[in-house]
Amino acid sequence: MVERFKKGLSSMSASVLAIVAGLFAGFIILLISNPANALKGLQTILIGGWNNGIKGVGQVLYFATPIILTGLSVGFAFKTGMFNIGAAGQLMVGGFVSVYVGVTWTFLPGAWHWIVALFMGALGGMVWGMLVGLFKALLNVHEVITSIMLNYIALYAINYLVKNSHLFDALKNQTVNVAANAVLPKAGLDQIFYVLKGRYHDASSVNSGIFIAIGLAVIVYIILNKTTFGFELKACGFNKHASRYAGINENRAIITSMAIAGALSGVAGATMYLAPPSGMHIHVAEILAAEGFNGIAVALLGMSNPIGIIFSGLFIAHITVGGSYLQSLKYMKEIIEIIIGMIIYFSAFSLLVRDVLARIAKRRKKAEGATSKNEEEC
Amino acid sequence: MSDYIIEMLRITKDFPGIRANDDITLQLRRGEIHALLGENGAGKSTLMSILFGLYQADQGEIRKDGAVVKINDPNDANALGIGMVHQHFKLVHNFTVLENIILGVENTKHGLLQMNEARKKVVALSEQYGLLVDPDAYIQDITVGMQQRVEILKMLYRENDILIFDEPTAVLTPQEIEELMRIMRGLAQEGKSILFITHKLNEIMAVADRCTVLRKGRYIGTVDVKDTTPEALAEMMVGRKINFTIDKAPAKLGEPALAVKGLTVAGHGHKKAVDKVSFEVKKGEIVCIAGIDGNGQSELVYALTGLIPSEGEVLLNGKPVEKLSIRKRNESGLSHIPEDRHKHGLVLDFDLQQNLALKRYFREEMQSHGFIRFDRVRDYARKLIEQYDIRSGQGEDTVVRSMSGGNQQKAIVAREIDFDPEVLIAVQPTRGLDVGAMLYIHEQLIKVRDEGKAVLLISLELDEVFQLADRILVIFEGKIVADLDTKSATPQELGLYMAGSRKEEVHGGKV
Ligand SMILES: Nc1ncnc2c1ncn2[C@@H]1O[C@H](COP(=O)(O)OP(=O)(O)OP(=O)(O)O)[C@@H](O)[C@H]1O
Ligand SMILES: [Mg+2]
Repeated sequence: MVERFKKGLSSMSASVLAIVAGLFAGFIILLISNPANALKGLQTILIGGWNNGIKGVGQVLYFATPIILTGLSVGFAFKTGMFNIGAAGQLMVGGFVSVYVGVTWTFLPGAWHWIVALFMGALGGMVWGMLVGLFKALLNVHEVITSIMLNYIALYAINYLVKNSHLFDALKNQTVNVAANAVLPKAGLDQIFYVLKGRYHDASSVNSGIFIAIGLAVIVYIILNKTTFGFELKACGFNKHASRYAGINENRAIITSMAIAGALSGVAGATMYLAPPSGMHIHVAEILAAEGFNGIAVALLGMSNPIGIIFSGLFIAHITVGGSYLQSLKYMKEIIEIIIGMIIYFSAFSLLVRDVLARIAKRRKKAEGATSKNEEEC
Repeated sequence: MSDYIIEMLRITKDFPGIRANDDITLQLRRGEIHALLGENGAGKSTLMSILFGLYQADQGEIRKDGAVVKINDPNDANALGIGMVHQHFKLVHNFTVLENIILGVENTKHGLLQMNEARKKVVALSEQYGLLVDPDAYIQDITVGMQQRVEILKMLYRENDILIFDEPTAVLTPQEIEELMRIMRGLAQEGKSILFITHKLNEIMAVADRCTVLRKGRYIGTVDVKDTTPEALAEMMVGRKINFTIDKAPAKLGEPALAVKGLTVAGHGHKKAVDKVSFEVKKGEIVCIAGIDGNGQSELVYALTGLIPSEGEVLLNGKPVEKLSIRKRNESGLSHIPEDRHKHGLVLDFDLQQNLALKRYFREEMQSHGFIRFDRVRDYARKLIEQYDIRSGQGEDTVVRSMSGGNQQKAIVAREIDFDPEVLIAVQPTRGLDVGAMLYIHEQLIKVRDEGKAVLLISLELDEVFQLADRILVIFEGKIVADLDTKSATPQELGLYMAGSRKEEVHGGKV
């Protein structure tokens, strides 16, 4: 137990180091673009949501919701030895399906509407993820290739479907509002995370989605660590030959794992697009959802551990919200995006090159050893 | 100049939960072959890894020619003339022998590889030491024994003169072992100093000058081989007398437990890897498939266990299983100690208890409603660890990757024997085990047989074959060419069949 705790601690310290490296990289860009405000800027980023009191904290939870879910999606697939770069596409399919249900299935009574919309979103993502698994298991096509292709198929298909349906609001070039019943409940969170502007409650957008994300993280944790199913998935991820030898059906593991990963991204899309007050709108634009790719960084920083992913998701949301307050320091919106992107990806990347860093450290030690050797010779 | 080319003085190394090396001193003389002996987990590989710069000692020092040196990584070791052949070779399979040898020390002129000089040097070295290596062959096309010689050439090419061999003979056939011994003697004569890890006492007796013995991380002593006996070495190693004889009652044969009819496995090109093989293994019988490596025995086993597709019939206690999934075959009573422990036998990143439960985590006793009952898994693991004396730093929580090679093997054997199979397929079951562990596993295999189960043994070691088998089937180029009763067969006869001689030739008197 103690050992396990120690191990957890040491891998966490790797994440923390990576974050420090990322922040440093971000700081350099702050310096380049506006040296006078750089320190202040870094401080603003680090303060994150707290820049705007408790409402800002609510915003952090709000932004954390989808990236925790896509982080779980990427992390889950990773445990089975697969790189799910398709979270973006799965998220968009899930989002689209839930918007469709949210707008059209008005026959559903009360809370059933959002529940079904969420569920159908999960299903949509699941189908999109499962396709990747099927291609890999049955035709041995690498998951990265199918994922990327499916990302673009999702993007253009959804644009087409939105434009050519009653979901489309041509004036705003986006989808119409979902029905009021289809919006995720606030679950009292607006009573906690708000600031007073005179007598006006300026509440954060946070909603029950964050509970869904955390709940699913716990469920994923239990699946991976407590069930025979999770045991099989991890065995396949570590050594597929030994898994086959032990009688585990590797193809089934690949397909189910990708289906579940897809469903998690689908839920991410649903929570995004069913957010109060009137549902987020799907814009007809030619970009893939950033939340999908941020999921990769979240999973990496969280070491693919579901509980770790909750924290890394919160952290990335924290600095993202912090970054949004940089505008008050006269940083341009684009620069802010670069800075935050830099921090996120540099952190994730530095985890990947952790081994390289370790090797450099070792070489330095060796150099010292060599000089001391020389001294001995003198 | 100092008498010793390398001295490792008072080396101590800790790993989580275990002191792998505890105040060990090892002194290597110039030009000697120095064997390192110890039980599984005694710390031999750790000590050699320290010398080769893969690990750093916590205490103690290393001297070369009497002067203290620091070895922080394998590059340092190489600069000091220290080379190592690992038990698992580190060769690039789709490169040629020559390319593998010069990898990392390429000579370039104007950015172009200077292959000609390298080739000359490799050919010269190969001739000098009688290695007979073809520099242009691809690694994937040459035998394991040849691959090992490439590893040796790699060290020679780098002008290493301290050569470490970590269990080099574990993966070799008896003929290849003979050859390796000859090569090692030649190397020593040319002034190379050799450190040689092996569990086979006869190899130490045959080739080593001195032998250092470790037990549970501690230094026991160094002896001159010419003044000792295998029995004395074994006693030094385990700390008590070992009884080498195994009692084996006559076989009480029952119904066929495993029946194979016309089994065929496709090979590369036209030739079949396994060609219409038929045989039976009865209850209460140990049948050995003997053959020179690469004659289809691996494919035969993979086909029987369902890892590769095949044609023909396989009956388990009279029930056809050839169409069943691997899981169903296992659950019908087939268990399998695989040839390649790292590829098939273990999930190296799982801990020991998970690996011991690898084939039963889904059974009623270890799960309820899809949830693993970890308390049961732990209890079960503890039972096997105790019974089979599996040694590691943190017991059932040890990540298997960090365990010593022999203890990894013990874990697999324990799992498969305890599976209580109807048919146990054991491929090289004692590979890498120390003498004590090997005897224990042999006893267990005989016990399985005496309980009325069938054992199909695949082993390259003739001693093991003759000790365990009731019947020997010889496989040659995918076909069973002889079916011998162990009691009347001789090693010479077996050798001839393995080399492809036909019955008339073997019994024609002119041997
Ligand atoms: N990297 C490591 N991390 C943790 N423990 C280790 C590591 N390497 C070795 N050990 C432990 O140190 C002990 C000695 O291992 P070592 O591999 O040196 O044994 P060995 O004498 O080579 O045994 P074998 O004959 O089985 O190969 C073992 O108990 C092993 O579990
Ligand atoms: Mg070893």
